[in-house]
Amino acid sequence: MAVNPRKAGSELIVTPGDEPEMPEGVFVSTMDSVFSWCRKHSLWPMPFATACCGIELMAVGASRFDIARFGAEVMRFSPRQCDLMIVAGRVAMKMMPVLQRIWLQMPEPKWCISMGACASTGGIFDTYAVVQGVDRFIPVDAYIPGCPPRPEQILRSLMDIQTKVQRRGTTFGNEGLPELRARERYVLARRDAPAGAGVADERGSEDRFGYRLPGGPARLGLEETR
Amino acid sequence: MSQAAVNVPSGAPADPRIDPAPGAADEAILAKLAAAVGEDAHRVVRFRDNLRILVAPGRLIEVLTALKEKAGCAFLAELGGTDYLQYPDPDRQGTGARFEVHYVLRDLETAGMVVVKAGVDDPDPVLPSAYSLWPGADWMEREVYDMFGIRFEGHPDLRRILMPEEFASFPLRKDYPLRGRGERHNFTKLTREES
Repeated sequence: MAVNPRKAGSELIVTPGDEPEMPEGVFVSTMDSVFSWCRKHSLWPMPFATACCGIELMAVGASRFDIARFGAEVMRFSPRQCDLMIVAGRVAMKMMPVLQRIWLQMPEPKWCISMGACASTGGIFDTYAVVQGVDRFIPVDAYIPGCPPRPEQILRSLMDIQTKVQRRGTTFGNEGLPELRARERYVLARRDAPAGAGVADERGSEDRFGYRLPGGPARLGLEETR
Repeated sequence: MSQAAVNVPSGAPADPRIDPAPGAADEAILAKLAAAVGEDAHRVVRFRDNLRILVAPGRLIEVLTALKEKAGCAFLAELGGTDYLQYPDPDRQGTGARFEVHYVLRDLETAGMVVVKAGVDDPDPVLPSAYSLWPGADWMEREVYDMFGIRFEGHPDLRRILMPEEFASFPLRKDYPLRGRGERHNFTKLTREES
């Protein structure tokens, strides 16, 4: 028999409605929360490694850093068995449809890490052939800076993804974050705009290194001007 | 005194890393070529150890055939293109055309090497294909077509080789913007709701 601490002085034994009495070792939660708790400790990554970031990714899987400590050691090379896409390395224009196809082949719920400067922004490859950030074309949940990132950064982002899975994951899907939904509405509204329809010059006629780019300024897409 | 000689102390030998002139094997190839097609089919430029043979597009196949069959250059080592639009060096000894396609030929018996250069100009640059002489020219000509838009007549399968099929420009031309013309924004954007 417990004495209600809020009513000290009174001998009346009261159990408040918001603190139901539970047997020891039992707690109450939601179904989504339990699913997410299981899921976040058994993420199966899909290593989409196209460049040197893939080598760091291998180091994370090896014994020194050991991604198995976080339950994500099962790297699958079939997208149908994965729920965490790790885009490691630059993605060429010609590779983008492949990446999108693999992303669509992964079953829900799924998450995506954009690893390294190239996958996140295009990095040093600001040319016609390289996609300037995979988040322009597929949804991304976590970004890792670095060229290439340290293995510890990959573990950190994995922990961030685990937090995200616990916060927003549901039994049957990944709801995403509210700020991402706003961006998706923007993307959908401008999906049919032609390439080169941007109105603003990104960096003027000179590029960031102070000399004129060969061939003159590029025509940029709407996404580029954001 | 030339610029190269300034850096060399008097009496010391010239920089051994730079061969001053084409070797005897290269000159022998040239002599055999002149015997086969005459002197008026080509112009010769010597730069360091390079021996360059400038040819008009109309006589390109004739010269390449003579080099392969009469002068012993059985091996096509390299085939590539260049865009000389707004090229800053006025002393460049070239064909004067905007595009140049070069064929590096080697005689594997004597280790001789010559470079054959053919110039083509805008609009619609066209050259005869070397595929009938060297089947290995297949992909190299496709790459030159992909990057510069130079067509090779007689090529069996002239498609793009590096860029996607639907790409509309020729990216290594000097008047093509480095960041492209919006091609890298042309894909469907996938959202979370749809995937």
